[in-house]
Amino acid sequence: MTTPVWVPRKRRGAEFFLTVLAVFIGIAAYASVGLGVEGTIPADTYKLGGALVVVAIATHLVVRRVAPYADPVLLPLVIALNGLGLAMIYRIDLGYEQVNPDWKALANSQLMWTGFGIVAFAIVLLLVRDHRRLQALTYTFGFAAILLLVLPLLPGIGRNIRGARIWIGLGPFSFQPGEAAKICLAIFFAGYLVVKRDALALAGRRFAGIDLPRGRDLGPILAGWLISVGILIFQRDLGSSLLFFGLFVVLLYIATERPGWLVVGGLLFVAGAYMGYLAFAHVQVRVDAWLDPFSDPDKNFQVINGLFGLAHGGILGQGLGQGSPNLTPFGFSDFIAASMGEELGLTGLMAILLIYGLIVERGLRIALTCRDAFGKLLAAGLALSIAIQVFVVVGGVTRLIPLTGLTTPFLAQGGSSVVMNWAIIGLLLRISDQTRRPAPEISTFQSDEETQVVKLS
Amino acid sequence: MSELTLTLIKLGFLAVLWLFVLSAVSVIRSDIFGTKAPSTPRPAKQKAPSTKTRKAPRGVPTKLQVVSGPNTGQSVPLSDKPILLGRGTDAAIRLDDDYVSTRHARFATNGEQWFVEDLGSTNGTYLGSQRITTPIPIGLGIQVRLGKTIVELQK
Repeated sequence: MTTPVWVPRKRRGAEFFLTVLAVFIGIAAYASVGLGVEGTIPADTYKLGGALVVVAIATHLVVRRVAPYADPVLLPLVIALNGLGLAMIYRIDLGYEQVNPDWKALANSQLMWTGFGIVAFAIVLLLVRDHRRLQALTYTFGFAAILLLVLPLLPGIGRNIRGARIWIGLGPFSFQPGEAAKICLAIFFAGYLVVKRDALALAGRRFAGIDLPRGRDLGPILAGWLISVGILIFQRDLGSSLLFFGLFVVLLYIATERPGWLVVGGLLFVAGAYMGYLAFAHVQVRVDAWLDPFSDPDKNFQVINGLFGLAHGGILGQGLGQGSPNLTPFGFSDFIAASMGEELGLTGLMAILLIYGLIVERGLRIALTCRDAFGKLLAAGLALSIAIQVFVVVGGVTRLIPLTGLTTPFLAQGGSSVVMNWAIIGLLLRISDQTRRPAPEISTFQSDEETQVVKLS
Repeated sequence: MSELTLTLIKLGFLAVLWLFVLSAVSVIRSDIFGTKAPSTPRPAKQKAPSTKTRKAPRGVPTKLQVVSGPNTGQSVPLSDKPILLGRGTDAAIRLDDDYVSTRHARFATNGEQWFVEDLGSTNGTYLGSQRITTPIPIGLGIQVRLGKTIVELQK
């Protein structure tokens, strides 16, 4: 009786097949948007199609070359999401153009940023040949993260857009450093917790059936909490503070395997959220819009429109290009989930959520099979950052939780988000390449010279 | 563009989307259920041991044998408990080897697979020329070296 064994396989062929399907989905979505809105296949389909094909071939070749054992499904899933996002942004561009001919198309800039994203992806795979090297830079990344988070607050380069001070302007570009800080923080948390987890896990007392950590070990979690509250106060960015704090608490839980941290983290979160609710008007607006959006239809216009969009979509959706997602403000970024729900229906939205689920599952799978603790925590952290982001955004749009501003990874319009999420996929593929690679050939040794530390005679 | 065509396009697109998701799931399947013929696991399992001769010896290891070094020939039967090797009195085999630490290495099993783990020894535990730093799964006949001693799992 043998159990099925896991044999290391490259599976690049399977990846290629899935990539072809993913590219086809992107092009089909684009063409069907054109058919739905204007009755013809858009004349520049070849442009987007060509770009997607180039993206697919480039990423596929990079992976074949530098990470041959990397996970085969992660990349196609991401390409499919990116293609769907581009098509939806183009669809909303068309919607706006009908009302306002001067509307500046967002799909083109998104396409450009996707290109930058691929470059970031390739750079990560090429530069980081072994993810364990990153552990040596734990504190460098921690410092970089804080620097990136503080940047938008600096006068001169910081920009306040729509009430949140999370942007920096560099010439014509504006960039959200928080997106880059997300990766830096994931590396920092992973590196820090690998070293400190024993102290955090082993000391503590039991209270009401839960292992609570010692008082002095609470320091780092309090610091994490303070940073996220600081973001909440100074940058008025609910989403990011939720993301960073959630990431930290979950990583603490994974590193120490103690549910006590989840209890402590949850209590701190509730306390922070309640204080935020009392102290800030913009938090109150969000919570009111969550509990009862119809009490003030003018103020909660966006949330209500999103809900109507989802309802309009129903089970099968209106069909690409045939709904009216352009009526919802920011239907191309924050509310892209509602736009997808309107045009692709519950069926399509479920498929998209499943794609996210698969991405997160692959990330956690990489964490499970990874042989070193740092890689485990890093992969889990990166995967969970995507999970938290999707939960926060889609939960906000569907009114499960109060709406907070985070980007839907790969779908939503937004340069920094696309670039950084591609970099995350690069890191995950690098870790997975290390993990799935067959163990070095073990040969019986001929001479023991080279391993001998103390020589006889 | 007629209503019907658009509806067909819509349904077709959703179908392709789900086809993609399901193919991704089917690729992942082999990761969860093992790689060799996951669709017909039963016949494959029954055939494999009888017909093919494999490179690696097959079977369940029953003892840990010292094959080289001062204690050559000594062995310990394997149970589900971990086995400690070293010069100390609590070791399963007291290795009479100057290059072995008091608590040198540990062999442990998860019920299916045996692992060897270095316990922070001075001279290290080696698989071939590779010094091990984490628990490494080992099979039958894989030689593990501690100091001047070589041990392996045997049937």
